[in-house]
Amino acid sequence: MKEFNKKIVLENGEEYYGYGFGANKEAICEIVFNTSMVGYQEIVSDPSYTYQMVVMTYPLIGNYGITDDDYETKQPTIGGMIVREYNDHPSNFRYTKTLSEYLEENNIPGISGIDTRKLTRSIREKGSRKVIITDIKTSKQKALKQLQEYVMPTDAVSKVSCKKRWYSRTANQKYNIVAVDCGIKLNIVRSLNKRGCNVTVVPYNTTAKQIEELKPDGVFLSNGPGNPEDVTEVIKLVKKLKGKYPIFGICLGHQIISLAYGAKTYKLKFGHRGGNHPVLNLENDKIEITSQNHSYAVDENSLKKTKLKVTHKNILDNTIEGVECKEDKIFSVQYHPESSPGPQDSSYLFDKFISIIEENNRN
Amino acid sequence: MPKRKDIKTVLVIGSGPIVIGQAAEFDYAGTQACLALKEEGYRVILVNSNPATIMTDTSIADKVYMEPLTIEYVAKIIRYERPDAILPGIGGQTGLNIAMQLYKKGVLQECQVELLGTSSESIEKAEDREKFKTLCESLGEPVLESIIATSIEEGVEAANKIGYPVVLRPAFTLGGTGGGFADNEEELKELIKHSLSLSPVGQVLVEKSIKGYKEIEYEVIRDKNDTAITVCNMENLDPVGIHTGDSIVVAPSQTLTNKEYQLLRDSALKIIRALKIEGGCNVQFALDPHSFKYYLIEVNPRVSRSSALASKASRIPNSKSLC
Repeated sequence: MKEFNKKIVLENGEEYYGYGFGANKEAICEIVFNTSMVGYQEIVSDPSYTYQMVVMTYPLIGNYGITDDDYETKQPTIGGMIVREYNDHPSNFRYTKTLSEYLEENNIPGISGIDTRKLTRSIREKGSRKVIITDIKTSKQKALKQLQEYVMPTDAVSKVSCKKRWYSRTANQKYNIVAVDCGIKLNIVRSLNKRGCNVTVVPYNTTAKQIEELKPDGVFLSNGPGNPEDVTEVIKLVKKLKGKYPIFGICLGHQIISLAYGAKTYKLKFGHRGGNHPVLNLENDKIEITSQNHSYAVDENSLKKTKLKVTHKNILDNTIEGVECKEDKIFSVQYHPESSPGPQDSSYLFDKFISIIEENNRN
Repeated sequence: MPKRKDIKTVLVIGSGPIVIGQAAEFDYAGTQACLALKEEGYRVILVNSNPATIMTDTSIADKVYMEPLTIEYVAKIIRYERPDAILPGIGGQTGLNIAMQLYKKGVLQECQVELLGTSSESIEKAEDREKFKTLCESLGEPVLESIIATSIEEGVEAANKIGYPVVLRPAFTLGGTGGGFADNEEELKELIKHSLSLSPVGQVLVEKSIKGYKEIEYEVIRDKNDTAITVCNMENLDPVGIHTGDSIVVAPSQTLTNKEYQLLRDSALKIIRALKIEGGCNVQFALDPHSFKYYLIEVNPRVSRSSALASKASRIPNSKSLC
């Protein structure tokens, strides 16, 4: 048997041995798990995983390699990857490199050979915690000390947001959208492009005045990492822009909109991450299977005093999945209608955004 | 979904002896269904010709008929027992065929028996290759170029038009029995005789061959409220050209990226919604290993052998959730 060369140690002293792949480095992150069965490339390149190490519950990772077209960001910021079995011999007509090569290139550590079932159960029972990925020779005491001393950063959004604005144009352009980048996934931009939107992606700390100067038809608030309460700049921005433009928010954007209207957010025990979360659309009583990735949720009771109406709910744990204020032409969802990875049942939300913009332009 | 109060007795058609097309896994599905129905308080009458199954144990159904699975015998049972409804979609192709024949012969109407789950129109739309092709074309879903032949001459003409190699698929047969590949006219003539004789309606579909494509399946479930989910997808280790019954199938797919996975998932959901299937359904695709090009091969408007495998792999009791 191959000898173990890496290990992970959790804050509560749990220790797992495995084999390193990707970059050979030490890292401390928050441990979370994802239940998607396909789409590890989109997950690895999702900016929302900044400062997080992801346990893939699906046991075989790497099977189809990495393709040139399926990145969700230009520069991945995920903290690391924990898998049961890593496959270094991909099979797919589009693959151009292996997952390990991609991780190595971007200085991201990975570990395989881990009992991901046991680990996931532990996360579900005891909640997400700090984790260190380190060399097998590092002593447990040293690893635990390092974990104890490490303070999780709160600057995730400023780290992943673009520093300068950038453009994504499309043929047959009909609308101008300004997308506030808190860690935007590229498939959101593609989904808007596909519907005739010229998208200007701006840094998270862009002012309301700067956005107004761009004369948008609609404003989009992106997904992103970390605690929504840390992103005060964008909360202030929404307070200024609400009612002036049609606004659509996804994930972190949804939490920020809720905060701007006076609701509260809280951290879930182990979050929702995966491609099979059933969500009930309260408006038409239909169920959508959704793609999700979030640690925080909006508190239902705190919404009662606000102008926001609940539009979607998670069937598994009854958490809030979508809110809307028709009067202000603002709506948002906690899950990911752009999927990537995951089911595409909810792509109608982009069409909804477009129809709100159209109606607004007519008036 | 709320419980139906107007139904008291349900007839379940079992899968009969174990051969391809009526595989042992149907027993698993059928037994689950009987138990689920009983749990809900319905009286369950079972007909199955196979004494060597758990299903025909006296504890599974309220009344068990161990009679041949033919329309004559089932009609007799219906006339005697007068069930309120019949559940055809879990006994494999056999159960479905008998239910369709009972419907066509007017037995169901005569005894006022309701066909539970997918309607007979939907079943026909999915099973009749010509109707299915028309439906797919109207949805913009790709199907293989194919021509129906009812004689050897028609078969040869069709193959010349499509171009060799071609595949022959007799209509309404179990597990695709009597089908096969033909690389030239000689092979075709030999094969088509056999195929025509095996099809109960004397129809054979001559289709372009896509040997070597990846064979991907989706298990889909839809209810009256139009909620549709995929239970899982599956990838056959062997490509198109080797019968699924002879191949190893893995759930979930192993060589599909998210894009390919969702492309086919969306297509499967579109089909089940268009067919208005209420219950389980199995959709089979052929996917080009070198591009995003795919074809719909087949839709089984019922629980299939793969459903039973999917049920075990995903630990979701498919047929239980159908009842």
